[in-house]
Amino acid sequence: MTAAILVWSISIAQVMLVAAMACYAYRLIRGPRAQDRVLCLDAMYVSAMLLILTVGIRTADVIYFEAALIIAVLGFVSSIALAKFLMRGEVIE
Amino acid sequence: MTHALDLPPWAALLTSVLVLVGAGLALLGAIGTLRFGSFFERVHAPTLGTSWGTGAIALASMVCFSVLGSRLVVHELLIGVFVSVTTPVTLMLLARAALYRDRTEENSNVPPRSSLQGVPRRQERRS
Repeated sequence: MTAAILVWSISIAQVMLVAAMACYAYRLIRGPRAQDRVLCLDAMYVSAMLLILTVGIRTADVIYFEAALIIAVLGFVSSIALAKFLMRGEVIE
Repeated sequence: MTHALDLPPWAALLTSVLVLVGAGLALLGAIGTLRFGSFFERVHAPTLGTSWGTGAIALASMVCFSVLGSRLVVHELLIGVFVSVTTPVTLMLLARAALYRDRTEENSNVPPRSSLQGVPRRQERRS
């Protein structure tokens, strides 16, 4: 019984995270200015990381934790680079 | 999904609740990004998912793997600490870039730079 509850709640959580990514993708395409698009790209990285963590809970495999950590680092670095580019017009001065 | 049978009921229920809370907060942040009007309101919304959204899902993962392995597994703390440290840095840089762009284009929705000059400086107050 509790196993079924766990399976169902992880499935519902994955659907919610995919819906969140769809909202961000809509704003990414429609966003009026460049800073909205960078913000949504950063938030999509975090949502993808959470989705991979839930997949890790579902399969009880530790490899997904490392994938989530790598995605978090990549999202941070790319968002910083894009924000720097919006501010100064170049990334490395 | 065979390992779910190995979990005791309290751990399964705790993991379910934490995963649902985290995903629900992430979804709320995404809906807020859709509904807010200006960029400076919109920049607040995803932090729902990056603060307790990430925290709850990392806690759920810690509970699940700790009970499955019958030992304390805390490496998900890395993700929680990393995300909660880096998100303010990213959003502050992005908001400053947006403010700079709006001031350069002289949009009327941001306060002008000269409005800061009315604030008394610290050296003037001290003398």
